[in-house]
Amino acid sequence: MSPEAQDGDPMPATMTAPPATEGEGHAVNLKIATVDRPVAEATSEPAVDLRGVSVYYGAFRAVKDITFDVRANAITALIGPSGSGKSTLLRAINRMNDLIPGTRMDGEILYHGQNLYAQDVDPVEVRRRIGMVFQKANPFPKSIYDNVAFGPRVNGVKGNLDGLVEQSLRRAALWDEVKDKLKQSGTALSGGQQQRLCIARAIAVEPEIILMDEPASALDPRSTLQIEELMAELRKRYTIIIVTHNMQQAARASDFTVFMNMGEDRAGYIVERNRTIEIFTNPKNQLTEDYVSGRFG
Amino acid sequence: MQPTAPAPSAFSPAGLRGSPARRRREQIVKIVFLAAALVSILISVLIVWSLVGGAVAFLRDVVFAQLTENGWYPRRDEFGLLTLIVGSLLVTAIALVVAVPVGLLTAIYLAEYANQRARKIIRPVLEILAGIPSVVLGFFALTWISPVIVQRLNPSSSDFNLAAAGIGVGILTIPLIASISEDSMRAVPRSLREASYGLGARRITTSLRIVVPAAMSGIVAAIILGVSRAIGETMVVAVASGGSGGAQFTADPFQPGQTITAAMASLATGTDQVVGSDAAFQSLFFLGLMLFLLTFALNQFGDYFVRRTRLQY
Amino acid sequence: MNVAVPAVGPANLRGSGTDWRGLAFHAILLLSLLFSLLILFTLIGDLVSRGLPTLLERGPTFLTSPTSSQAAKAGVSQGIFGTLLMAVFVAIFAFPIGIMTAIYLEEYAPDNRLTRFINVNIRNLAGVPSVVYGLLGLSIFVIGLAPLTGGRTMVAGGITLAVLVLPIVIITSAEAIRAVPRALREAGYGVGASRWEVTRLLVLPAAAPGILTGTVLSLSRALGETAPLILAGAVLGGFSSGSKSILEQIFGRYTVLPVTVFDWARKPQADFRELTAAAIVVLLAVTLLANAVAIILRSRTERTW
Repeated sequence: MSPEAQDGDPMPATMTAPPATEGEGHAVNLKIATVDRPVAEATSEPAVDLRGVSVYYGAFRAVKDITFDVRANAITALIGPSGSGKSTLLRAINRMNDLIPGTRMDGEILYHGQNLYAQDVDPVEVRRRIGMVFQKANPFPKSIYDNVAFGPRVNGVKGNLDGLVEQSLRRAALWDEVKDKLKQSGTALSGGQQQRLCIARAIAVEPEIILMDEPASALDPRSTLQIEELMAELRKRYTIIIVTHNMQQAARASDFTVFMNMGEDRAGYIVERNRTIEIFTNPKNQLTEDYVSGRFG
Repeated sequence: MQPTAPAPSAFSPAGLRGSPARRRREQIVKIVFLAAALVSILISVLIVWSLVGGAVAFLRDVVFAQLTENGWYPRRDEFGLLTLIVGSLLVTAIALVVAVPVGLLTAIYLAEYANQRARKIIRPVLEILAGIPSVVLGFFALTWISPVIVQRLNPSSSDFNLAAAGIGVGILTIPLIASISEDSMRAVPRSLREASYGLGARRITTSLRIVVPAAMSGIVAAIILGVSRAIGETMVVAVASGGSGGAQFTADPFQPGQTITAAMASLATGTDQVVGSDAAFQSLFFLGLMLFLLTFALNQFGDYFVRRTRLQY
Repeated sequence: MNVAVPAVGPANLRGSGTDWRGLAFHAILLLSLLFSLLILFTLIGDLVSRGLPTLLERGPTFLTSPTSSQAAKAGVSQGIFGTLLMAVFVAIFAFPIGIMTAIYLEEYAPDNRLTRFINVNIRNLAGVPSVVYGLLGLSIFVIGLAPLTGGRTMVAGGITLAVLVLPIVIITSAEAIRAVPRALREAGYGVGASRWEVTRLLVLPAAAPGILTGTVLSLSRALGETAPLILAGAVLGGFSSGSKSILEQIFGRYTVLPVTVFDWARKPQADFRELTAAAIVVLLAVTLLANAVAIILRSRTERTW
């Protein structure tokens, strides 16, 4: 199965050739570019370690028995068809599901060896360290400055926050566009800018991990690309876990990919988890191959 | 030195626990707010307690024969309940005759016919009508409705009469019925109307044959709650229908009469003496309990229908 | 048996003439609207025309004289004073408790039986006739708590009114809080804010206009109430409050505008009829003003999320 290049097709950045000598799995015909980027060798501990995680909404089990670990300073993508529980799982990591009455979790999510769901853990502290960017940008109805300063302020930072705000906005690649209008309302920005503002807001509390729930799905292609470039920069400092239903995005932007699917009992489960490049060029599971080649989902 | 956010000082258990001061604050806030919410329960308990206490005392003090007297003369120890009940029923019935047609038709107009401009005028008018103090409406009933309308209809009616009070109460109830009916009509999905129009039906047909039946639960709710409101209305009757101090049994709306509520007001105005435990004073609580149970039952009934509309769509 | 739908001819899109039924119905609808409009105008017109001459004739002395058995001397000063203070009492006792209850129900309450019970209970309280609240006021605040309130005093009456409007404050505030979109809260929680911080810094500011409107509406309702205060000890007939200090008046006999209206309306003399109308004009001015403020506030601050 070799790709038939057609005239006029834009050539993707890097085309990976199907591995010739590997015995297991087989090459997948994709018009998807994957970037073989070097990933830092694993440091001593993963950023987050999920073990046997199941999340219940009342009696309904949304995700079943999820086990994997997340490498620090890398981008891990959760992909899969709708209903596979990706967002639910993501929200379990920073305990956002706690806000919905009736949800429950089995299993453990270990963060530096601590179970985030231990009895005496305060979800507020968890979210301080594990930030989130949402699908639809949701800046506060406040000025750009106050949007970024909100997090540090409620977490007890006093004094002049100018430097912190600037640093966060720079890291979110937004500073140049807004530095003269910090007093303007955050909601007056364009969609892509609003989302970068939300990223700046999340960064301002200096989290270790940033969770992104389909951050670019509501944005135009140009803004989407901007966000992806931003993510590549951010991963030097933070660990990123991103949920996306856009396969090309996962292939382009992430280092590791977790493929989830909805089981017969409507609970999500992990099908396969590996380095992105492997998932897309050499998937071990037939389902994975079907998904990434677009046969379903 | 610009401050940076304090590093999450804990890859240690303590850090994830958070600061105890912050947690204590959250607990205190939650408890204070819960206490506030419990006040409402306390109020209900107090209402029931005060009503039942007095009502029981009243029933212990009177003989059944007193309750079937032909008139309500509490100072003479005559507690003819039927007088008050019939009075309340008459006033409520007349009020509904006024409020239901006007309220419903207004609702149909607002939901099916009105444009933005019309709505901008009608809504405030209804709100203002709803905001008129009932004592004002009572005075209006006495000085205008009675001479101009009731006595034109029936020249032999007395100046104080139940009919004028009934019309007054009806006027007060129009906004309630109109707004609940309108809400339930609006809740009928567009698709139903479009289906009707799509078949070539006109607006009157669609409104009357499709929307109104579909919104029936809500309309029934509106009427039931209107009844409850009318029964609980006090001041209009107290001013316009005479009967303070006592009333003879009558089923004639053109004569003065008394309702449960106005009897209560009248009892209170007479007794600015010692709040004793004489039967007249206790009858106040008995009437109050009756009224409370009646309106409670009606409200539950009405709410049931309101819930049914919500569930349908 | 086949029933054929009557064939429609080709071109007559105009239909068969005017829709008389539809027009008649439309006319009936408009008439019903007109009814409400006419009643309102007649009411206000009649009362104002009755009362205005007296107001103009007596001028400010009408507003500054206490009540009296002589129509020529009677005024609404005590009524106005009482009404103003009632507003203060209602604000003190009903607003904080009502808003806090709403916050609890919308932000803190778990989804359990107690919460459902509280909600049902509040809806019930909202439907209780005002005269029953008067009974509550009489037996608990006037009689029962006499050592604290002093019996038939403004304090007891004020608390009674506050209890009356409490359900309205709760329901309108809860609605305003509920209208704040979830995304705003999530954004706050996402950066590690606690529940109280999210509520205080994000939700309440966003819900403030709606809460404000609700409180003003509840106030205008309270100020027009008569029956509860009659039962809870407002004075009908004359009393003197001339030389007393405010504190003494709060813990002493009192009246409010609507009760003054009721008192005068009961008097058979013709000149008191005019006086009643004049007092009604003042009362309407107060309540309609409050109502209008609420309506304007609501339309000005109506946010589309």
